[in-house]
Amino acid sequence: MKRKKWIIATMLPIYLFTILFVICPMIYMVVLSFMSRAEVWGVVSVFTLDNYRKILEPLYLNTFRESLQLAFTSTAVIILIGYPFGYYMGQLNEKWKKRMMLLIMIPFWTSSLIRLYGWIIMFRSNGVLDMVLMGLGITEKPLKLLYSYPAVATGMVYALLPFMILSVYSSVEKMDWNLVEAARDLGASGMKAFWTVTFPLTLPGLFSGIILTFIPSMGLFFIADILGGNKIVLVGSVIQEQLTKGRNLPFAAALSVILMVLTSLLIRLYRKLFHTKEIEGLV
Amino acid sequence: MKKKRKFPYIYIGLVTILMYIPIIVTVVYSFNASKISSVWGGFSLTWYEALWKDREIKEALWNSIVLALSSCTLAVFIGTLGAVGMSKTTSKFNDLISYLATLPLMIPEIILGMVFLALFSAMGLPFGMPTLILAHTTFCIPYLFIMVSARLIGMDKSLEEAARDLGATQVRTFFDIILPQLVPAILSGVLLSFAMSFDDVVISIFVTGPKVNLLPIKIYTKLKTGITPEINALATIMLAVTILFVLLSRLIGRKSANQ
Repeated sequence: MKRKKWIIATMLPIYLFTILFVICPMIYMVVLSFMSRAEVWGVVSVFTLDNYRKILEPLYLNTFRESLQLAFTSTAVIILIGYPFGYYMGQLNEKWKKRMMLLIMIPFWTSSLIRLYGWIIMFRSNGVLDMVLMGLGITEKPLKLLYSYPAVATGMVYALLPFMILSVYSSVEKMDWNLVEAARDLGASGMKAFWTVTFPLTLPGLFSGIILTFIPSMGLFFIADILGGNKIVLVGSVIQEQLTKGRNLPFAAALSVILMVLTSLLIRLYRKLFHTKEIEGLV
Repeated sequence: MKKKRKFPYIYIGLVTILMYIPIIVTVVYSFNASKISSVWGGFSLTWYEALWKDREIKEALWNSIVLALSSCTLAVFIGTLGAVGMSKTTSKFNDLISYLATLPLMIPEIILGMVFLALFSAMGLPFGMPTLILAHTTFCIPYLFIMVSARLIGMDKSLEEAARDLGATQVRTFFDIILPQLVPAILSGVLLSFAMSFDDVVISIFVTGPKVNLLPIKIYTKLKTGITPEINALATIMLAVTILFVLLSRLIGRKSANQ
């Protein structure tokens, strides 16, 4: 009996913390999204659906559309670059696997702001990229890439690529290569063996990579802010604006609820498809 | 005979170079004497000197370190104890809580920032270091919890049973047998959560107070307003620290693998 008490005591902090700072805030967020805002700052507990109705206004609907579009574009590019990378990386020998891991961990651990900063130097007019391109005679005038859609997309891809690489890599690592060999022995071409054996087996990694890149790319407002100026507005940017400038907490909550619903749908889908609780390559 | 193909190596090499170009550019220009970042004005350490004299940056750096250290320490206690406790009991609440405790890793940071802002203002907490620590601890716990849980699953139970059979108390067994085996997992969790806390902008921006300056927020506002090469110098130093961190975690990883 005494043993039981001791163990319960060890779990108490994590139970308390999770209830207080994960469950409570989430519930409060949902409640908040149905409340009205007060005149100046704060909320009044009057039930309303106005916050959700407001999202349907063309202005905000458009933001959602643009945000999703950017998320789709960046995720597609991330898959195209990251999947082959993770796939090839998983086939290197042990020594090189470790070296590559190190090379990927360094940008991954470096402050994302600092990595963005490098792109500012590259993209600004008469910046490094312009100098190189004009020096090679490919372009004549500065491209004015900074504060444009491609700049923001590049920033997103760059910031989130490591997540995809690591997820796919961990999937490839776990794969049983004998299966591929068996397929080859039975006469499948390299292409066929890849699409019928390797690809389905690495699908969990690919999908968890999508979760880890698609969702953040709607929320990372500082990338849109720094590389896109005021031109590209994400759902994340609107939430931030509503909290800091608009002082409209309920509306920000409603937007967050929508984003949260999207997130949980994707995670659910992942669990349904692959019958697993853990998201590949998360830590 | 397996044919050696060159394409994978070329591909990996090219993408890696692309990944490093912005970083290299930043480092190179931190030694640029000219203030205009596209013109090379010769080698100089001016910007490092300017950085050294910048009191605001130093204060922000200090705050960020204090914040990351406090949140990590709290997360170590909560995460490790929780993982150990849950490994010894079976309850359906355990599954639920461990899912919810790791939720902060999966949901967009902006939502976390938003809900913390809402919660703390509803609780009437004054915004500043305490609110920052609470928020950061929440997203540091999952790293520790996941790392330690994973280690506990792979651990040899017979040592622990032997200690108990020989009459060691539960507490003694924990400190003498379990904890030493958990050290590498805890250390890698600490390194990861320290890096995440030190780097966080999105959540901090919402829960910081008017008096607390943090390094990532400082960099963010500087990037939004005017860009000075001082930031390059700062970036280079932070990069060096990161590399040191990564190497350190590799060393810990290797040590634990040897055990």
